[in-house]
Amino acid sequence: MGEKLLKKEDRIFSNIYNELGWQIDNSLKREDWKNTNEIISKGREWIIDEIKKSELRGRGGAGFPTGLKWSFAPKKLGSRPHYLIINADESEPGTCKDRDILRFEPQKLIEGCLISGFAVNAHTCYIYIRGEYLNEGKRLQEAINQAYEKNFLGKNACGSNWDFDIYIHYGAGAYICGEETALLESLEGNKGQPRLKPPFPALVGLYGCPTIVNNVETVAVVPTILRRGSQWFSSLGKPKNTGTKIFCISGNVNSPCNVEEEMGIPLKELIEKYAGGVIGGWENLQAVIPGGSSMPLLPKKICDTINMDFDSLIAAKSGLGTAGIIVINKDQNIIECMARIAKFYKHESCGQCTPCREGSGWMWRILERLAKGEATYSDIDLLSDVTKQIEGHTICAFGEGSAWPVQGLLRHFRKEIDKKCIGEPIVKKRKNIPYLIDQHLLEKDNA
Amino acid sequence: MPKITINGKELEFKNGMTVLQACELADVEIPRFCYHEKLSIAGNCRMCLVEMEKSPKPIASCAMPAAEGMNIKTNTKLVEKARKGVMEFLLANHPLDCPVCDQGGECDLQDQSLYYGFDKSRFNENKRTVRDKYMGPLIKTQMTRCIHCTRCIRFATEVAGVPEIGAIGRGENMEITTYLEKSMESELSANVIDLCPVGALTSKPYAFEARPWELKKTESIDVMDAVGSNIRIDTYGWEVKRILPRLNNEINEEWISDKTRYACDGLLKQRLDEPFIRKNGKLIKSNWDEALDLISNKIKNIRPEKMAGHVGDLVSLESIFSFKNFLTDLKIENFDFREREMYLNSSDKINYLFNSSIQGIEESDLILLVGCNPRHEATMVNARIRKVYANRKIPVYSIGNPGDLTYEYNIIGENTDVLRDIIKGQNSFSKKLLSSKKPIIIIGETALELKSGAYIFEELKEFLRENNLINDNWNAFNILAKNASTVGAIDLKFFNIKENNNFIFFDKLKNNEFELIYLLGSDNLRFNKNDTFVIYQGSHGDRGAENADVILPSPAYTEQNGLYINLEGRVQECRKASYPPGNSLEDWKIFNLILDKLEKELKNKNYQKIKELTLNNIVNFSKIDSISKNKITINKKKECDFIHEKIEIKKIDYYFSNSIARASKTMSDCRAIVSKQFKNGTTI
Repeated sequence: MGEKLLKKEDRIFSNIYNELGWQIDNSLKREDWKNTNEIISKGREWIIDEIKKSELRGRGGAGFPTGLKWSFAPKKLGSRPHYLIINADESEPGTCKDRDILRFEPQKLIEGCLISGFAVNAHTCYIYIRGEYLNEGKRLQEAINQAYEKNFLGKNACGSNWDFDIYIHYGAGAYICGEETALLESLEGNKGQPRLKPPFPALVGLYGCPTIVNNVETVAVVPTILRRGSQWFSSLGKPKNTGTKIFCISGNVNSPCNVEEEMGIPLKELIEKYAGGVIGGWENLQAVIPGGSSMPLLPKKICDTINMDFDSLIAAKSGLGTAGIIVINKDQNIIECMARIAKFYKHESCGQCTPCREGSGWMWRILERLAKGEATYSDIDLLSDVTKQIEGHTICAFGEGSAWPVQGLLRHFRKEIDKKCIGEPIVKKRKNIPYLIDQHLLEKDNA
Repeated sequence: MPKITINGKELEFKNGMTVLQACELADVEIPRFCYHEKLSIAGNCRMCLVEMEKSPKPIASCAMPAAEGMNIKTNTKLVEKARKGVMEFLLANHPLDCPVCDQGGECDLQDQSLYYGFDKSRFNENKRTVRDKYMGPLIKTQMTRCIHCTRCIRFATEVAGVPEIGAIGRGENMEITTYLEKSMESELSANVIDLCPVGALTSKPYAFEARPWELKKTESIDVMDAVGSNIRIDTYGWEVKRILPRLNNEINEEWISDKTRYACDGLLKQRLDEPFIRKNGKLIKSNWDEALDLISNKIKNIRPEKMAGHVGDLVSLESIFSFKNFLTDLKIENFDFREREMYLNSSDKINYLFNSSIQGIEESDLILLVGCNPRHEATMVNARIRKVYANRKIPVYSIGNPGDLTYEYNIIGENTDVLRDIIKGQNSFSKKLLSSKKPIIIIGETALELKSGAYIFEELKEFLRENNLINDNWNAFNILAKNASTVGAIDLKFFNIKENNNFIFFDKLKNNEFELIYLLGSDNLRFNKNDTFVIYQGSHGDRGAENADVILPSPAYTEQNGLYINLEGRVQECRKASYPPGNSLEDWKIFNLILDKLEKELKNKNYQKIKELTLNNIVNFSKIDSISKNKITINKKKECDFIHEKIEIKKIDYYFSNSIARASKTMSDCRAIVSKQFKNGTTI
């Protein structure tokens, strides 16, 4: 598997490089909006079932099965309306897949919105787009207007007897607003801070109503899956990690690019075939961050053999995340790279809960000292403790997101760090001191 | 009932409880900072993490609803590690300046770090400093100490109803602020000091006054308004250092108003410590003998019809009772407690009480305010209305315009005509009122002071009774008393009312018929002095003492035991927390001394007996601290004249409403700020 590249006809996003034009007329030639009416007439049960069978997993980072998520929404419309929200707040460093969908394949997204909206009983869809994507947002609005002109949206959208409206909402540039509940807060006009779960948005979401939040790419692939059949989609990739995925390759490669490939493609093949290889050759590779900056990095040894899918990467103690591949070659100081990422997380922490607010800055400061070679041995253990104290103790997944890259660094580059720690150690002899013991007892031991 | 397992112990819990509450049932203490029973759940401090079976991560127990079959563990390594980790983060940027922090000794962070903190810091970076914010004359800020629990934000938005505190910035740079750095415009603002788990928000007037363990704590009740909030008085020697709320869900929950809390510095100023006698127009310090001689001589020489007594707003039941006995011993019939001509019908106990009870407000589905401003007249009642409004969005209506009440309400009219129309069923509001199941009608003293006060009272009551809104299960008819002594004085019949004249005392007062007026703590009665001989007995040199010919010093409410009846008809005990200054004497002792000079027989020679007799004289008294069910009798309906007039709700000088508050520096600071905001036109 993975030996041969994805066939051209199996590509979902055929216009990802804008060779065919983004306008609705061009899209229609690419089979967008073909038989949409027919698909919808098969009913929501069928749609959700088909998506479940296709084993589509959310493309936003967590990889939650999409069909399952949709089935959490109440089956019948109650007194409160349902909402569909498209998360286009693509802020993960190293990721820019949604941007190309918004720019070049907007009709795929809009059609996906209609079908998904119908599937979850929503008449209204909000697309929360990051503030920096101003031009992309304008383009999307144009595309939405075109869809309205063709009666694909609005009253009786696309002849389906389903009224459907799409609104665009711009964020203000906060990374945390990509977290689904923080996004809802932001959309409601509040400070973008994640909510406590439970209750989950599927039951209590936007304005307290049932809400389904999906990533752009997830929704954009839905129409194609339904048109070509779940069978086709699940035949690509491997079980539980099916279909195709847009990979964003950046960093120290010769030609950074976005490319749609089959899930489970070997990382090495992806980098060499599409991105023109690592600068200085594969041997010059130091590490790869496989899924956007919040995923732990992988050293070259693992990169040699790893396949790019959710489960393989979890087995390698990393994750597919958003599939934003950041390549770091040996010309870079890996600690400095991680310190920069830690600075990003320190800057973007919302400040709501304690571990992330206090811990992200602390990690950054230690890493800065490490990078400058001003740290001591004890700082390394401290750093490791801090990451563990953040991980799993926060309201949202941001805590893990900021702690994991540092953990990855400590796991795979311990030697490099030890070499950097030339500062005078506070405890001269490195003892294995369990960190949860009374410190004064420890001193007696030392005395 | 569903069951939950906590540390291996299975127990039942009520639906809707959180894991934290279930743990409390199991006597398992969960450390917490952001969680507060009376506020919404934030779940941001992460201190309350516990282990739940089948969950890979520890869960925040304050936010997780308890569910059938959950298995919670709080004593595992995972939990301990999580809590210690969070504690380390909290302390990382905390200044650790406990020796100079006013919260020391009652600081949640200090207490919990004893269990979950280390004795050494691993945080070798520079600590964060945060610029202090101005939050008014009551709240002192030291924002570097803030642990961002957001209790103050939630209190301001949810309970006080003034969303003026918020967080700006994010991550490490998040700061709690009042945005424009002005004082919070709420009568409940100082409660954020109690809520703050650390020393970020502390009390400005109490700054560096004492440590909590040095203070003597006395549980008492408040007399600043008729609500009777439960308070704790902290004294250091003689001085009352501060007043804190006591939890009582039936009255004030966990909050008290700023006036209750901070008028206490007025107890140290303007005090009457010796008897004074006016000589050549000037008040000269004197002694008891001289003063009592002068008074007894005057009383001997004036006929009883020419003498009168008046009771003030902060006087306890025992004092009113002994005062009344004293006056009747001297055959004086003219006495009253009202400050203005306010209609009074005391034939039935429900006629002067807040019958729905303060807790009952939470059950109501419609509230109508008639000529009252609960925000200033009974702040805690207003907080309760705000609570129901915030929880259930019940409709609130008002006749007359009370201004900002911290919740939305509709004004249905500002004239007495509207009321007549409602009673006659000619107003569309009548239907709304009658279709609601548990309405609450609150009649303020402003309405009763109108010329058609009698009409409003009698007709409205009759209207509600006819429509079965006054019954044994629900009584929609409420009077909002303003002063702590009001209900007690009515119960002890401290007034002179005849069938045809409600205002005998005031008529005589206007006609200057009195040659001697005895004021017991009465500062708010306005009259022309002329040649009247005025005796003032009270604690503060205020408006009443200004006009007096003889001043007799007596203790304030924190300095003697006393009973008070709150507006619901609840008898509560105010306890002696400190000693009165100088040669002050208890009220009943002074009356005995005068009677002794007049060579009359002394009936009540000790306090216990007076207390007993007082309680016997209270209408329908059952138990201290509880409300007794009052019988509803059908009175013969009186004919009352309707007069067309405007219901104008008078602006109350909230921070200056009684003699103690007027003597308080803190209260005048607050007042100055409010009046400044008036002038600038920024708010209210």
